[in-house]
Amino acid sequence: MSLLDRHVGFVRALREAGLPVSPAEGLDAARALLVVDLAERESLRAAYAATLVKRPSYRPGFDALFDLWFPAATTAPHALPDPEDLRDPRAGAPGADLSEGADLGTAALPELRDRLAELLLDAEGMDAFARAMVERFGRQDASPGRQNWFSYPVLRALSPETLIARLLAEVLAGRERGGLAEKVARRRIGDNIRRFEEAVATDVRRRIAEESGIERIARSAVRPPLEQVDFLRITRADLARLRREVHPLARRLAARLTVRNRTGHRGRLDFRRTVRASLSSGGVPLAVFNRPRRPHRPELVVLCDVSDSVASFAHFTLLLTYALREQFAKVRAFGFVDTVDEITRFFTPGADVAEAMTRMAAEADMVRFGRTNYGHAFERFAERYGDAVGPKTSLLILGDARSNYQPPALETLRGLVREARHAHWLNPEPVSQWDTGDSLASAYGAVVPMRECRNVVQLAAFIEDLT
Amino acid sequence: MWFASPADVRDRLAAADYLSDDSIATSVFLAGALGKPLLAEGPAGVGKTQLAKAVSAATGAALVRLQCYEGLDEARALYEWNYKKQLLRIQAGGGEGWDAAHDDIFTEEFLLERPLLRAIRAETPTVLLIDEIDKADVEVEGLLLEVLSDYQVTIPELGTITATRRPYVVLTSNASRELSEALKRRCLYLHLSYPTPERERDIVLTQVPGIEADLAERLARTVATMRALELKKSPSIAETIDWANTLLALGRTELDEATMDATLGVVLKHASDQTRTRKELGL
Repeated sequence: MSLLDRHVGFVRALREAGLPVSPAEGLDAARALLVVDLAERESLRAAYAATLVKRPSYRPGFDALFDLWFPAATTAPHALPDPEDLRDPRAGAPGADLSEGADLGTAALPELRDRLAELLLDAEGMDAFARAMVERFGRQDASPGRQNWFSYPVLRALSPETLIARLLAEVLAGRERGGLAEKVARRRIGDNIRRFEEAVATDVRRRIAEESGIERIARSAVRPPLEQVDFLRITRADLARLRREVHPLARRLAARLTVRNRTGHRGRLDFRRTVRASLSSGGVPLAVFNRPRRPHRPELVVLCDVSDSVASFAHFTLLLTYALREQFAKVRAFGFVDTVDEITRFFTPGADVAEAMTRMAAEADMVRFGRTNYGHAFERFAERYGDAVGPKTSLLILGDARSNYQPPALETLRGLVREARHAHWLNPEPVSQWDTGDSLASAYGAVVPMRECRNVVQLAAFIEDLT
Repeated sequence: MWFASPADVRDRLAAADYLSDDSIATSVFLAGALGKPLLAEGPAGVGKTQLAKAVSAATGAALVRLQCYEGLDEARALYEWNYKKQLLRIQAGGGEGWDAAHDDIFTEEFLLERPLLRAIRAETPTVLLIDEIDKADVEVEGLLLEVLSDYQVTIPELGTITATRRPYVVLTSNASRELSEALKRRCLYLHLSYPTPERERDIVLTQVPGIEADLAERLARTVATMRALELKKSPSIAETIDWANTLLALGRTELDEATMDATLGVVLKHASDQTRTRKELGL
């Protein structure tokens, strides 16, 4: 494969993975290839990243693909025959790989674990070690002449997690346990374990790509960027990352909303700006500026299903509406599983996010029998908090409309909707799954306009429409 | 030619007291080699503005800075006619004809240069820093497009002014709003995030002379741990450096629970963040 083919293939793979790479940016990257030293792999990666990846959330996908298209090493017998192939000179040179490989390939398991323990404190040389370990433990013969690679047997053989206690004792060296020092050390070791796991996974992907072609593995190697991750399939780690993104996201949304409000064309004369502009035309006000219209700030009542199946969606949406509360005149939130309780009090300004969530789960009275019951929740809501919904209110319902075959209480809901100025229902399920099983999506959708809201992108678009 | 290679960038920035890593060095090098603006994005206090200053110091180029803010307009960013002086000139001209006055008042003498025009017209090597572009209105981005892609400015009365020497352009953004695709496409993108503990230790050692290596290491590791908590505002490099200075001023050589508890306000500026950190780290 020539360098040009590789470049073109890589750019195409990025586009397939959902990164918007324009032809102009592709050309920039090609120009960058002419001036950087191709043997310096990290330089090459940085050059591609600088020209093609213009958003941090695309970076993980980019890195995974880069490792496939420009691997750090090639396995000797299966090496790509092309001499132009790009390799990291230190790790990729056959000599270096062999000398280290021979040592690590025969060493006894305890020695390997000792080596890993050293690496977990100082990550220098982690990638080469991971490659050798995959070579040794990760192979499973599929059929004569073919083999499969897995990361699980590597991690099981070395089991880095079981090294933590020993390493902690080593680092703390007699200092008291449980204090600040231990927390810091634990964090550092944990980070390095994850780095090791990542290095193993990268090398396994590389070997699979060598066996059966880059295209096959590329599709499964790249996870969608964080803002496109499905709420219903979100992992705990992703949810934590999302929570950290709430405030930046809210800030971005708020900025966009203010900009939109500002560019109003009607409204009263903006004297200062008009006079300022008139200075450049000799005091003659050629251009007249108006003050922006008063922003429309709806009152928001959020009624959300907090049962396990949609909890992560509800949590994230609640956090976002609270981070955005300056955009609304007033926000009240109610949570329900099969009965309803007001949860506004857990989200006081400045309250700690994670703590609010735990307190809400522990203290609020939202569960009676523990099975979601939309009908009963709506009835209780209308009975206890009916006055929360008024002519200035936007009512926002969050949930998957799966009510365990209970009566839907459509009339009660219709009454609430009639009271409110606007009503919306956000459903985290893809439209194709609506009305399957116990879903009442269409029945409720006939009363309240229902919108699919599967990821952050869709949620942000909705909030922009709302205000 | 601004730099010879990424390694050259690394050395010369280090000489200007700025510690870079692979991606910073390569992006800074490419921005010079390809003649494209460099957009540095990242949270507050990770050294975006400092990067532009370091490039200017390392290359000996003059630094021209355009600080963006809400309401920044062409007259503040690009150029403005000195209206008062033009009026004086017309009054002083007495009975002079229109043509003569017209030819005279739209000349160099009455032009007020603003940062963008100054950087384009500079004869000597110049680093143009467009700071906090995300604070400016969307229209300013449109204004920048011509300047950044062709390095030219059109003034109706004077014609198009093209740069004789392309300035080295650095834009910084806190990502408080999404920049337009058109602007991003014209730039090289550098995401500056919090550094690895190793790099942060080295930064503390360069920026805070007199601190012990051991303490710097522990500071960097502790700050890295704090960043892993779900905080409203994670401590930045600038705050780590402040913290190091604080400890130095207090004469502490050890970062234990009591010291940390007493000086937490230097790194965390939200009450809820402090509460959370105290709880999670057992202070």
